[in-house]
Amino acid sequence: MVGGIKPAFELKSAGFTLPIIRLLDVDLDAVAAQLAAKVEQAPDFFRNTPVVIDLGGLPETERDVEFPMLVGLLRGHGMLPFGVRGGTEQHHRAAQAMELAVLGESRVPRDKAQGRGAPPPAPRRPAPRTEPEPDHEPLAAAPPPSGSFTLINRPIRSGQRIHALGGDLSIVGAVSSGAELMAEGNIHVYGPLRGRAMAGMNGNVEARIFCQDLQAELVSIAGHYRVSENIPAALRGVAVQIFLDGQALRIEPL
Amino acid sequence: MARIIVITSGKGGVGKTTTAAAFSMGLALRGHKTAVIDFDVGLRNLDLIMGCERRVVYDFVNVINGEANLNQALIRDKRCDQLYVLPASQTRDKDALTKEGVGAVIEELSKTFDFVVCDSPAGIEHGAMMAMYYADDAIVVTNPEVSSVRDSDRMLGILSSKSQRAETNAEPIREFLLLTRYSPERVAHGEMLSVEDVQEILSMDLLGVVPESQAVLNASNAGTPVVLDKISPAGQAYGDMVARYLGEDVPHRFLAVEKKGFFSRLLKRG
Repeated sequence: MVGGIKPAFELKSAGFTLPIIRLLDVDLDAVAAQLAAKVEQAPDFFRNTPVVIDLGGLPETERDVEFPMLVGLLRGHGMLPFGVRGGTEQHHRAAQAMELAVLGESRVPRDKAQGRGAPPPAPRRPAPRTEPEPDHEPLAAAPPPSGSFTLINRPIRSGQRIHALGGDLSIVGAVSSGAELMAEGNIHVYGPLRGRAMAGMNGNVEARIFCQDLQAELVSIAGHYRVSENIPAALRGVAVQIFLDGQALRIEPL
Repeated sequence: MARIIVITSGKGGVGKTTTAAAFSMGLALRGHKTAVIDFDVGLRNLDLIMGCERRVVYDFVNVINGEANLNQALIRDKRCDQLYVLPASQTRDKDALTKEGVGAVIEELSKTFDFVVCDSPAGIEHGAMMAMYYADDAIVVTNPEVSSVRDSDRMLGILSSKSQRAETNAEPIREFLLLTRYSPERVAHGEMLSVEDVQEILSMDLLGVVPESQAVLNASNAGTPVVLDKISPAGQAYGDMVARYLGEDVPHRFLAVEKKGFFSRLLKRG
């Protein structure tokens, strides 16, 4: 370096896959009620999750969005709102007053983005299904799963949580109801899966869940989830794979 | 060095204290010097089940606070001189149990005893954490019903992550399943989980199955550990369980519905 000064930082750019809360109503009481119900289903999806508020779906109205309340509401559920997109100039000024960033409509087509060179880092958080109309197209491609994986040779008990960073998670043993598995890549369970399994935690839509005996409370790929009640009886107790087909979560016997 | 055994469950009312009393008496009857500690500070019961409630002077919390020494607080059982009871305090709360204090008491007991049995309170709060923290072995008492099984499962998770052995990466706590209040008749009618069901969910070694029995309640009321009742199935099951814990190969009994003979039916009617 010139003058022998060691660089203290580098400026780089990266794309992230982030969940978007698409507001369809300015009535925050209604939003609050529905959000609380949503969060209750899967509280861990939302904990410390950065979110973008999309104002593009709001009906034309004289009423303002009460950003201070909205931000408080999201933070209260553990989310980290940091920006808005869409909406009017008025919205943007109000958002900036709350120190929210105003993001452009910079959507990158999926296949083009995947053709890029170095994969950008992604947040270690899921892209949750936060609104009836899920909207979390990746702003850039999710990174391919790295080579690392986690292997656990004991049963996972109720109340235990296994979070495999940056790769696949294999469990040789039973996963009890009330236990939670999270992985950025695939999840394999060689034993009954009675707890929750969330694969593709960073928004990797290619991730899959494989298990020998599906009795899960909840399964999720990249934030698309299904609770036990919505798993057909024919698929319970058998060996299955679970994957995303477009926006639909599919469970197929192996 | 003594072996430290915690009797735990998560759920209340499944038979932890009954088991702690029977198990420690069983060990002592086989000649092992055994101490049993009541960790249920504020809701003490072990002294009643052991029948020594009228001899309590000092308690566990007194010892931890240095208000009494161990020899003053330990109560020697009248039926078996190898068995000692360290009662809980009824007037304090569980915060009186400190990790250091409990550790010091267990270490001192370890010097002279073969086994130290810790009777855990229900729940997964401080008292239960203290009871299991220093354990080498855990006997998880479970009733054959779903809520008890789930709580046991939760407790197994805690044992494998929050104990001293887990925190120091030592060899994990040995875990044993004890199924209590088992009723083969109700299992046969599909009203109760079977031994196989519970084992399938918890995937752990089965130490014993204690059948539901009036003898347990009678023993509690009389302050006599049920293992001393050599006639009732429950007493025999506890005897078997102690033998199995000590490494003997004893077949499981009382798992099937008893065939009622002509005479017993006749007698029942009369």
